[in-house]
Amino acid sequence: MKILIVEDEPDLLESIAQSLEKESFLVEKAMDFDTALDKLLIYEYDCILLDIGLPNGSGLDLLKELKKENRKGSVIIISAKDSLDDKLAGLDLGADDYLVKPFHLAELNARVRSVLRRKKFGGQNTVELRNVSIDFSARTVKINKADLVLNRKEFDILTYFVSNKNRLVNKTSLAEHVWGDQIDEADNFEFIYSQIKNLRKKLKDHNAKIEIQAVYGLGYKLIET
Amino acid sequence: MKLINYTLLYTSIALLFIVGGWAGIFYVNMLDEIYDSIDDGLSNSKLLIIKKAQTDSTLLHKKYFGESNYSIQQISAENVSAVRDLYKDTLMYMDHEEEYEPVRLLTTTFSVSGNTLYELKIISSMVEEDDLIEDLLYAVLWLYVVLIVSVVVVNIIVLRKVWKPFYRLIDYLQQYRLGGESDKVPVGTTVREFRLLSETVSVLLERNLEVYNSQKQFIENASHELQTPLAISINKLELLAERSDVSEEQLQTIGHVIQSLERLTRLNKSLLLLSKIENKQFAVEETINFNGLVKKVMEDFIDLAEFKEVKLVCHEEGELVRYMNKDLAEILLTNLLKNAVVHNVPGGTVDITVQKDSFTIVNTGAPKALNEEKLFSRFYKESIEKGTTGLGLSIVKAILDLYKGSVTYTFSGKHIMVIHI
Repeated sequence: MKILIVEDEPDLLESIAQSLEKESFLVEKAMDFDTALDKLLIYEYDCILLDIGLPNGSGLDLLKELKKENRKGSVIIISAKDSLDDKLAGLDLGADDYLVKPFHLAELNARVRSVLRRKKFGGQNTVELRNVSIDFSARTVKINKADLVLNRKEFDILTYFVSNKNRLVNKTSLAEHVWGDQIDEADNFEFIYSQIKNLRKKLKDHNAKIEIQAVYGLGYKLIET
Repeated sequence: MKLINYTLLYTSIALLFIVGGWAGIFYVNMLDEIYDSIDDGLSNSKLLIIKKAQTDSTLLHKKYFGESNYSIQQISAENVSAVRDLYKDTLMYMDHEEEYEPVRLLTTTFSVSGNTLYELKIISSMVEEDDLIEDLLYAVLWLYVVLIVSVVVVNIIVLRKVWKPFYRLIDYLQQYRLGGESDKVPVGTTVREFRLLSETVSVLLERNLEVYNSQKQFIENASHELQTPLAISINKLELLAERSDVSEEQLQTIGHVIQSLERLTRLNKSLLLLSKIENKQFAVEETINFNGLVKKVMEDFIDLAEFKEVKLVCHEEGELVRYMNKDLAEILLTNLLKNAVVHNVPGGTVDITVQKDSFTIVNTGAPKALNEEKLFSRFYKESIEKGTTGLGLSIVKAILDLYKGSVTYTFSGKHIMVIHI
């Protein structure tokens, strides 16, 4: 799958590109308005990561151009401005998601996976990972065809890990994804440990061929066994 | 002390001395004039009596005052006093008053047919000094009272009228909030000093507002500019942590650095949020049911509360519905609840009571009261809880200020926050 990153900050662009390449995406980069516009008009992308503040133009104008050309690619706006107006304008213009800098790469992965799933699979929004099958629309999980009952948070944790399989997931990133931005700074997120423990136990009890490993000092990692 | 009382105090003290001094001088002068006029009368009588005595010798035998006001006695030459005319004050028994009354007495000597010497005493009834002083005292007192009353009346009228622009300015300044919506400084007056005052205040406020705005803008810009370097740092470290050649020890260090950067991010976001609230950038408002919102936010904290062994209970005693920005309402509740849970003790409780126009959060925690004055100021931290920004309650305060609500903190074994909104 092809992703275009439009971002004027070279270091940030490089990090995002590296992270997405690890996910086996085909990544293209553009650092200014004109390059981005050229690429967008010539090629088709599955997903476009769009910075709003660009030299010689606004990302929002690119978005307008894109919609005028009726391109199918999903658009995720990445902006340094956590401004409601920008967010609404972006979503109104047809962006699929809006991410505020700074973000965790794991969160970006999850968002990219999510918009791609929504576009590509049409009605069928399921992901298979070894013997685990996750239906994102129905929010159900099956292991070896047997239902695995998860509460809302456990489901969110599992899907976040699945979107970031084999990647290191920082516990702050996990907490913010599952419990929301507002829960931040609460006791260093020690409390998520008990949730992970429950989820691990359920996966193990159902002989899932995936496992959540702790990475000491940082977070967790989902691996296939 | 009010200006009117202040003026009055000084005016009355000054008037006391002025009127008192004036009364003294007036009394002395008047007495002097009275003596003068009595003495003139006595002197005139003397001349008339001596003239008559030259022709009418019966007069020479009038040894006692009796019914008239003079007496004549023959005296020897040795007894003649050195002073020709001697005026003096003395007392004389008055039949009708039945007491001794002061009189003016003129003693003089004259001779009839060259060698016989006679002493002539003439009296004239005198002013009663004590009566005069008393009358004068009353008159002065009345004058004093009338003066003070006039001063009060004049002062009140003058203060009401002349000082009106001044009091209007004070009212204006009392209601003035830096960065809040205010009318222009009231100027309408012809008094030069007051106009100057108004203009000076106006310039001062404008300059303050400018500094305040540029400072707000600075915080916002600085926060925005920090986002990108923070993003780069965190993302680079995340990629670094994923490399296979990183040792476990290095991984831990990376973890610590990421945590610090995340903390910086949160601080930055909180500052940005504060400045946005103060800049009124949360325009979209809707009807918020706090009862529902409280339950939703509580749900978010269930896991944290369980981990901390804290019990969350919601009591609904009324329905609290307000028209405000939804994000801010949620941030308000989240920050308060987060505080109540994070600064709690194992086995503690958090009770939230929702009423018609307020809600109360009561929680267990440190067994001593927090500093109420500093509690809501930025970066104030009572505990050494790691990872907190010290901005949570400042944000609460800012949101409540925006919606003209209030928060009060009290301690009675438990920490109590009452929020009126």
